[in-house]
Amino acid sequence: MPVRHLLGLADMPAAAINEFLENALPMKQIISRDIKKVPTLRGKTVVTLFYEPSTRTRMSFELAAKYLSADTVNVSASASSMAKGESLADTARTVAALGADLVVLRHPSAGAPHLLARMVDVPVVNAGDGMHEHPTQALLDLFTLRERRPDLEGLKLVIIGDLLHSRVARSNIWCLPRFGVDVHLVAPPTLVPAGLAALGVTVHDRPEDALPGAGAVMVLRLQRERQQEGLIPDVREYARLYALNGERMALARPDAYVMHPGPMNRGIEIAPDVADGACALITDQVTNGVAVRMAVLYLLMLGRGD
Amino acid sequence: MELLIRNGTVVDPAAGRTFESDVLIKDGRVAAVEKKITARGARVLDAAGKLVTPGLIDMHVHLREPGQEHKETVASGTCAAVHGGFTAVAAMPNTDPVADRPEVIRYVLEKAREAGRARVYPVGALTVGSRGKELTEMGALREAGAAAFSDDGRPVADAHVMRRALEYARMLGVPVISHCEDLSLAAGVMHEGLVSTMLGLKGTPAAAEDVAVARDLILAEMTGGRLHVAHVSTAGAVRLIREAKARGVRVTAEATPHHFTLTDRAVAGFDTNAKVNPPLRADADVAAVREGLADGTIDVIATDHAPHAAHEKEVEFDLAPFGLVGLETAVGLVFTELVAGGVLDVVTAVAKLSINPARVLGLSRTIAPGAVADLTVIDPDAAWTVNRAELVSKSKNTPFHGFKLKGLPCATIVGGEVHLAARG
Repeated sequence: MPVRHLLGLADMPAAAINEFLENALPMKQIISRDIKKVPTLRGKTVVTLFYEPSTRTRMSFELAAKYLSADTVNVSASASSMAKGESLADTARTVAALGADLVVLRHPSAGAPHLLARMVDVPVVNAGDGMHEHPTQALLDLFTLRERRPDLEGLKLVIIGDLLHSRVARSNIWCLPRFGVDVHLVAPPTLVPAGLAALGVTVHDRPEDALPGAGAVMVLRLQRERQQEGLIPDVREYARLYALNGERMALARPDAYVMHPGPMNRGIEIAPDVADGACALITDQVTNGVAVRMAVLYLLMLGRGD
Repeated sequence: MELLIRNGTVVDPAAGRTFESDVLIKDGRVAAVEKKITARGARVLDAAGKLVTPGLIDMHVHLREPGQEHKETVASGTCAAVHGGFTAVAAMPNTDPVADRPEVIRYVLEKAREAGRARVYPVGALTVGSRGKELTEMGALREAGAAAFSDDGRPVADAHVMRRALEYARMLGVPVISHCEDLSLAAGVMHEGLVSTMLGLKGTPAAAEDVAVARDLILAEMTGGRLHVAHVSTAGAVRLIREAKARGVRVTAEATPHHFTLTDRAVAGFDTNAKVNPPLRADADVAAVREGLADGTIDVIATDHAPHAAHEKEVEFDLAPFGLVGLETAVGLVFTELVAGGVLDVVTAVAKLSINPARVLGLSRTIAPGAVADLTVIDPDAAWTVNRAELVSKSKNTPFHGFKLKGLPCATIVGGEVHLAARG
């Protein structure tokens, strides 16, 4: 498999996506053991560059590297030379010169991992770039759904939330339809990016129009600054019209799964009883995230046979 | 010293025709345009199979001097101009300091004189500091040599200020060149559409340009001022200008080679060389710009040559500055995309690169005995490949690297002096 970097899923062949997921299965077994460590990546160094605050994704990548015995170095924006005005290109050259074997990048600018990949010789993993992609999140979402339902053909998945700014939604839009998932999107029109319907998904204004027949519902985090930007009139109004609550869940199939990439605003985009309900896969997503990232690190650093 | 251009095909857009002729130049002026000229001792330039056109004028370039000489200087920019076949350029005033005082205009003219290549017509700032609040001393700027007025790089947001600018410029007999952009709609780094959605980049809708063009057309109609709409990029703007022209509004417009050649798909891969303002638009907009060029709605082809240093473009897409270099690729793109592409005939294409910008700026460009000998010789059949490394501009920020083009300037003659003998 000639995948050198994991920059996004838009151009990734389905075979490559499958290979990541197949390798995540044994990785999940490792993290279910008492001693969660194998020597696979001993002697390798993973640098995580986080230009944006993140706890969950950074921890997930760091644990994934540690479970495989890689050394990790974490650089966050506040401590980095970026704060002193160094460009990403110069930081990339430094990281390469210091001998990193793989770089994980979280960055507020779309395309930053593409820039980095042009500058360094080692594999680059996109841990979220602006509004563009969050490929490991979509891989773990797919992995989590497949655990419950190996054949996804015909599954209706509804994604509700801020589609305009969501890299999670975009990566899932690239990924899930290729595995037979029927993707429906719901957001206020002010939070729907231009031309979305041209991507082979169905866009709805209201959750009530989308939810009937849904086998899975993915809720996206609403960032409160969208109100300041004038994109929604009021957070309470958003909650009233778009929050996934019990009443709305009742429109979906009785066994419909509930997903959320986290962190959640309980009471805003999702009601607490739905988030903690029997069909919620939210903690599974977190665990599977580590397994998927272990597979990504393994395949990009060792598994390619070159 | 005499120069004899022999066996060329003279393109005379003023008369709307081409004809085979020799052209004799003496003391910086055209001495004769005749079928067969004998001139002993004259330097001979063989133009067989080539077009001899009035000197090309790029009425929209950024020379970056004073203030940002690491991107471009008047000397390097005029060198790029003659390399691209342009005998003259109009230099936009968004330098540092802004060309809002006569000293800056005179400084640019002095630098152009020292460089001694293409002619430079400085454009004066419309408002002090190009901040859009108070009008500059346009009379003094005009006396210092400003050929037109503009706050290019940013729009005049205040409609009242724009109204007064059009009225005042009318008194001076010069055009107001408007960068039409409604900033409240223009928060993006590329065109808003499917591609921006796919790339997760903030988009600027076509409406940001359309709204501003509509306002300026209304103000031009109200004031009788001469409005020149810079870098038209949207189907809506083309339609609005076409309708205004039909009503008799005093408006002219320009389009750039990148807006009639590339779409927003050029941004895929996050190539910052394709980050430009106004942004590269959708297929329908490119088609409309071409239609506007064909039916005369768009009078002028100008490059909006906007040089930026490599390290400034080698950054995250949203942090990169807007702009691309255009002087050296313009003729190739016009001949490949528009002439070979069947959009314009040779005479009309040359008009949009020479006599039309001359008219907007109040200059004259003819190939007739007595006229100043500003001429361009173009080989319409020369095939070449754009190579970033071969650009003579100080900056190399072109999205056209690797493009195969047909049509190459092979001599740029300014005041009878040959500044480009061969290229390619």
